[in-house]
Amino acid sequence: MTRTIDLTLKVWRQKTADARGGFETLHATNISTDMSFLEMLDVVNDQLTLDGKEPIAFDSDCREGICGQCGAVVNGHPHGHQKGTTLCQLHMRHFNNGDTIVIEPFRARAFKLVRDLVIDRGALDGIIQAGGYISVNAGGAPDANTIPVSQEKADLAMDAAACIGCGACVAACPNASAMLFVSAKVSHLALLPQGKPEAARRALAMVRRMDELCFGNCSNERECEAECPKEISIVNIARLNREFIKAGFFSAVR
Amino acid sequence: MQLDAHIPAGPLAEKWDRHRFELKLVSPANKRKFTILVVGTGLAGGSAAASLAELGYNVKNFCIQDSPRRAHSIAAQGGINAAKNYPNDGDSIWRLFYDTIKGGDFRAREANVYRLAQVSNNIIDQCVAQGVPFAREYGGLLANRSFGGAQVSRTFYARGQTGQQLLLGAYGALSRQIAAGRVEMFTRREMLDLIVVDGQARGILVRNLITGEMERYAGDAVVLASGGYGNVFFLSTNAMNSNVTAAYRAYKRGALFANPCFTQIHPTCIPVHGTYQSKLTLMSESLRNDGRVWVPKKPGDKRPPNEIPESERDYFLERKYPSFGNLVPRDVASRATKEQCDMGKGVGETGRAVYLDFADAIRRDGRDVIEKKYGNLFEMYEKITAENPYETPMRIYPAIHYTMGGLWVDYNLMSTIAGLFVLGEANFSDHGANRLGASALMQGLADGYFIIPYTIGGYLADSSRQAVSTDHPAFAEAEKRVGEQVDKLLKIDGHRSVDDFHRHLGLIMWDYCGMSRNDEGLQKARGMVRELRAEFWENVRVPGRGEEFNQSLERAGRVADFLEFAELMIVDALTRRESCGGHFNEAFQTEEHEALRDDEHFAHVAAWEYTGDQSEPQRHIEPLVFENVHLAQRSYK
Ligand SMILES: Cc1cc2nc3c(=O)[nH]c(=O)nc-3n(C[C@H](O)[C@H](O)[C@H](O)COP(=O)(O)OP(=O)(O)OC[C@H]3O[C@@H](n4cnc5c(N)ncnc54)[C@H](O)[C@@H]3O)c2cc1C
Ligand code: SF4
Ligand code: FES
Repeated sequence: MTRTIDLTLKVWRQKTADARGGFETLHATNISTDMSFLEMLDVVNDQLTLDGKEPIAFDSDCREGICGQCGAVVNGHPHGHQKGTTLCQLHMRHFNNGDTIVIEPFRARAFKLVRDLVIDRGALDGIIQAGGYISVNAGGAPDANTIPVSQEKADLAMDAAACIGCGACVAACPNASAMLFVSAKVSHLALLPQGKPEAARRALAMVRRMDELCFGNCSNERECEAECPKEISIVNIARLNREFIKAGFFSAVR
Repeated sequence: MQLDAHIPAGPLAEKWDRHRFELKLVSPANKRKFTILVVGTGLAGGSAAASLAELGYNVKNFCIQDSPRRAHSIAAQGGINAAKNYPNDGDSIWRLFYDTIKGGDFRAREANVYRLAQVSNNIIDQCVAQGVPFAREYGGLLANRSFGGAQVSRTFYARGQTGQQLLLGAYGALSRQIAAGRVEMFTRREMLDLIVVDGQARGILVRNLITGEMERYAGDAVVLASGGYGNVFFLSTNAMNSNVTAAYRAYKRGALFANPCFTQIHPTCIPVHGTYQSKLTLMSESLRNDGRVWVPKKPGDKRPPNEIPESERDYFLERKYPSFGNLVPRDVASRATKEQCDMGKGVGETGRAVYLDFADAIRRDGRDVIEKKYGNLFEMYEKITAENPYETPMRIYPAIHYTMGGLWVDYNLMSTIAGLFVLGEANFSDHGANRLGASALMQGLADGYFIIPYTIGGYLADSSRQAVSTDHPAFAEAEKRVGEQVDKLLKIDGHRSVDDFHRHLGLIMWDYCGMSRNDEGLQKARGMVRELRAEFWENVRVPGRGEEFNQSLERAGRVADFLEFAELMIVDALTRRESCGGHFNEAFQTEEHEALRDDEHFAHVAAWEYTGDQSEPQRHIEPLVFENVHLAQRSYK
């Protein structure tokens, strides 16, 4: 059933990376419970604009949980409290009339703030550039059915490949580590025969780059898994560790 | 202007091979002397940037999002076609070619479509080699499913996230080239103008979205892969940042815009439910493999779906089109759905919806099987509607989804501006008046991995250019022009927000230039769009400054272009005196309300030339010559 609710928002406002930031209290009234969280912010922004104020800067693109562009910490949870849900998929029916909602950007040493809730997650691209791919040029690939892949392996690879690169795991981690993100890519590729030849080198290179880019270390806090909107499993980190040990061995003998 | 598509001579099946041989080559040592600017990192732009860099060119790549991985292609759900014929069910390159030409209602170029079908198989090979986790059969070989407009199973998929996985493959290839220093990546940049010197595309002007500064980039060629313009309707299945700006500004610099009125309405989307709504969510066409579309037989029947007995349901697609059933092409399914709702048989609160029911499939295959195929789509549906589609049928309604129109390109994918190449959804070339499902991903990757690497070499080797640096006066002029527009937008300080105008424009377009069109409505819409545009420039409010991160300003620029472009769509719709594919003019229909083409007068591409803000655009035509298929009234009965 559609209802309308009134909310108090405490939103992080910060003009630039170097400016001072702080919470601003805003009111969102007459919010339909069929709205998504971002549509609620759209309504607030329209009002701010008409009132001659500056709207809240926040990122989004697909608005259906696949691009990884949206994200903010809502009442302490990256992407809000609903499990397996991105911020754009969170709907207002999960809030009550009179609630106060605290909205902050994802915070981590490796992420620079751009404005309000918008951050720069370029460091995640940097990690992928270190080796999150299979090194094949266009052209010359063998017929796609040359190497069979068991359904089970393909499914596990797909589970890991579902990561949307949103960075919520980093924001959730007390060490601001990107280990879940890295492990998802390493697992996805290591599980497939096509990715095997580079698996060890890939793991090593990506973890090294993660360190260089100021992400923290993983100390098994498991917050990442709990907050990941795509429910990427922490089992991937164990897989990563296996590849990593192999890689360490290789680089020691070389 | 005489439009020459530069289609190679010779039999259809040999054209591409022959052309590849005839194209001049750039020697490996010389490639690094050329700089290519690629706008867009979707399937088309990402694959092009990576492949061109692999060949040794210097590439600069631009996108709006904060990472190349987030381009709108990431959202594609259902799958990608190829003529592999792995299921042994009668598919072939020829059949994929034929289905695509027919699906497009005979308004696409034969040679381009044939080439697309030819390279489709290489795409699947390439993606598997990159580690795309396509669905597999128990034996470990690749699985296929069916999509609309085909009677064979030729669609490869990765659950309901095929676009995501394909794009991550291209993004991986791109990342590898960035690491190798051959691609320089510029994220959060928006191209706002094209720089043309001596009739050749030589650079772009972009706004750095973080600082607001204008930046100039010069190169030897420009590749535009900036996606489709579905957001002219405001509500669409496209991502929020999808826009027409890059393509439209190239049009204003002299590139012809082809068939702008060919827009695709997708039959199965979650219906509109409120005025605050920001976008519509697609429920993939793949669902029609197992879902059955129906409405109650009796108009106004308000009983819940499970209380309506079989005998009182009308599975109208199966009834009207027995041989294709629920898998008729999108334009046909969408119009049939609208027709049912117009007769008062629509369901749900608004009456603008029909059921997509999985009960039979679940009974037949079990919930597990259905969950494995469509789990993420069902979950998406439930998150938005709070209803469980395993138990109660989905409610769906058509929505704007894809744009077949785009910048005109020749066989080499070059526009009417020398050195400006256009790939992916941004060009017009392969889908005629209606795109078949799972063919956009195919086209984007074909363009980027397998076509542009050849044709751009031919252009660079075959033409000469003077040195152009960013100090060239053409850059200064563009910067002045764009800067003035930004200042003007910020100064208006009116009473309506950018989104408010955009929403208003969307309603006009949906009502009069949407699924069904007529002359009177189109004329009326033209006036309304003009009025709205005039009001926009007097009454829009864009807060903030130009030299900062300013999302209202970004959107204002895009909406300003949509407000002009919408009129071009309307003019195109008015001048095409027939119905075909996604363009349905009520005056031209068969007795059974199907689109009625006029092959004698309209078997051509309409390509529009910009002649100035105050003058009418000029219509040029490229006749379509069909030597290999017989033009027939489409039938899916
Ligand atoms: C929900 C949904 C599901 C779909 N499912 C399928 C499917 O199952 N199968 C299928 O074949 N097709 C599907 N499609 C269609 C298909 O996804 C698109 O047509 C295709 O991905 C377009 O790719 P592209 O590379 O041309 O453009 P896009 O992916 O849209 O990329 C555009 C790029 O250009 C950049 N850009 C745009 N403007 C500018 C500018 N001014 N300056 C700088 N950069 C700019 C953007 O940042 C982006 O990087 C689907 C579409 C939607 C909406
Ligand atoms: S692992 Fe999960 S939380 Fe981390 S980036 Fe990927 S999808 Fe986001
Ligand atoms: S906006 Fe794309 S995941 Fe939320």
